[in-house]
Amino acid sequence: MKVPPNSLRLGPDEHGHFGIYGGRFVAETLMPLVLDLERAYLAAKDDPAFKAEMEGFLTHYVGRPSPLYFAERLTAHLRGAKIYLKRDELNHTGAHKINNVLGQILLARRMGKKRIIAETGAGQHGVATATACARFGLECVVYMGTIDIERQKPNVFRMKLLGAEVRPVTSGSKTLKDAMNEALRDWVTNVETTFYCIGTVAGPHPYPMMVRDFQSVIGREAREQIMQAEGRLPDSLVACIGGGSNAIGLFHPFLDEPNIEIYGVEAAGKGISTGQHAASIGGGKPGVLHGNRTYLLMNDDGQITETHSISAGLDYPGIGPEHSWLYDSGRITFLSATDDEALKAFQLLSTLEGIIPALEPAHALAKVMELAPKKPKNHLMVVNLCGRGDKDIFTVAEHLGGKL
Amino acid sequence: MSVRIDTRFKALAREGRAGLVTFLTAGDPDYATSLAIVAALPKAGADVIELGMPFTDPMADGPAIQASSLRALKAGHNTKKTLALVRAFRKGNGDTPIVLMGYYNPIYVYGVEKFLKDAIAAGVDGLIVVDLPPEEDAELCLPALKAGLAFIRLATPTTDDKRLPAVLKNTSGFVYYVSITGITGAAAPETAKVVAAVARIKRHTKLPIAVGFGVRTAEHARAIAEGSDAVVVGSALVDAVRASLDQDNRATAKTIKTVTDLVAALASGVRSARRVAAE
Repeated sequence: MKVPPNSLRLGPDEHGHFGIYGGRFVAETLMPLVLDLERAYLAAKDDPAFKAEMEGFLTHYVGRPSPLYFAERLTAHLRGAKIYLKRDELNHTGAHKINNVLGQILLARRMGKKRIIAETGAGQHGVATATACARFGLECVVYMGTIDIERQKPNVFRMKLLGAEVRPVTSGSKTLKDAMNEALRDWVTNVETTFYCIGTVAGPHPYPMMVRDFQSVIGREAREQIMQAEGRLPDSLVACIGGGSNAIGLFHPFLDEPNIEIYGVEAAGKGISTGQHAASIGGGKPGVLHGNRTYLLMNDDGQITETHSISAGLDYPGIGPEHSWLYDSGRITFLSATDDEALKAFQLLSTLEGIIPALEPAHALAKVMELAPKKPKNHLMVVNLCGRGDKDIFTVAEHLGGKL
Repeated sequence: MSVRIDTRFKALAREGRAGLVTFLTAGDPDYATSLAIVAALPKAGADVIELGMPFTDPMADGPAIQASSLRALKAGHNTKKTLALVRAFRKGNGDTPIVLMGYYNPIYVYGVEKFLKDAIAAGVDGLIVVDLPPEEDAELCLPALKAGLAFIRLATPTTDDKRLPAVLKNTSGFVYYVSITGITGAAAPETAKVVAAVARIKRHTKLPIAVGFGVRTAEHARAIAEGSDAVVVGSALVDAVRASLDQDNRATAKTIKTVTDLVAALASGVRSARRVAAE
């Protein structure tokens, strides 16, 4: 295969930069650990034994490959593009998060780490981490904002059942960013024993690269599956973006196909103009937080602002650095969906296809509802259905006022 | 400019004693009280003043300094006001070094060149930026050194002999040894370990070494001062500010005195250190 001269798939550079984004903006205490992790990951990546172990667990424990499903009734309803759903919600633990967690936990084992910490927003990453820790007999501590604990109770209970300790975070805005602050504070305190399992393509290098690599299984499978189903590559890709791990996982293997349109959908909350949203690209500017430079939601003084989204998994004031770079370069088109639009899409997919999506991918589906009708019938659109909605039924019921 | 820091540490060496570095969050609990406290610090016994630039997400700080940052922000503080506070302090004090400590994002958003220019004009002598390790020197460290500000780096228990040269390479003013793996205001460091660590770093640099994180009492400050060039106290002072506030986090008549009394006690601890050791 001919490799295009200007590949978008070669980043980051050796310092972890995607253009001006990324980097290693961490306290000195963590720097040796971050460098160790990079060495360990690069060694594991090239080790056939690690690859085989990973593939074995992805197949027999996670249940990969996830199906690429032709959403026939949704397609008929929208009267446009032919819509395929990449069913990562069928993975063990109900979301794409386990792809990354499995990779990091196998790596932690290779590094001899016995204690795993994680941050979680919606609880999906926390559940995936608690699951893998249970499977491998590792101690697991999950940091979660008290606001998220309140709106994602089923996942809190699942984590506890799996033997994890869920530590409520009461600082700051009491959501995902504060959970990440607390996890970093834990890591800086327990450097000898602890492995920090980050849930998205953010944090200091090598996390954005490593998490992307682990999630790219989504796009590699989708590529093969669409070739089998249609004999050609898709015309467009759509995924929701908080930190953006499911999105980069789907997008990355397709970045160098210039004819494929790529859409990332951020959470517009109550509307970008209200200020109550979580769209870092849509309403932010470049800054430095949690170890990397990327688009952030902040005020004129560089203070991080509070975000809002109905979806706890998208309620974060930043985005993975590679997305920022792909946005600046024009490769990804960024859109945003409001809480209300996501709720409508949530109901539509449930009734048309018998699939209850998580509120996160419901944001992607909301934009599919706008994009698909404008496309011709032979346009192939692949949507990442990155999580199932069981965890969200209480939130949705509350918003619909008992209409469900 | 960094010359104030060098002059101060040379004077301390001549006096044969360790220095006291006091940390307070700028603008906590409000601008006027904060300025009054800072203005009173030299007389109370502070040799170097560290001023925290409030940030919403201080990842390396414990609950005390997190809360102080939020108090300051809530009172309307920002980076411009921190520089204004330094400028106001300098009207009455020309020789006590002032070091700003914080996180990179507010500086990055302010604009690095503009920030350096304004900081020097205000009378700032050095910077400590927690989330800028040597790997990111091109961001702020090198421009700061070029502009004439000291860039003070943190060395930690995880900074081994192999990494120390990289950490020390572009460090100036002094080296800040973080005595524990952890966040500010957490566990107290073991004196023996600290002394050994300072001796290890001294083999790599001629710069003075200040030790901080977890030092709370005059007695503890004295013990640490016996094995270092300066002792940094932060969370204990920030806690003293908080304890003096009313229910709505407003300053009271005793706020300034509570802090200066503690500084005076810490200073006498630090100043008695080598004398005690020599007796």
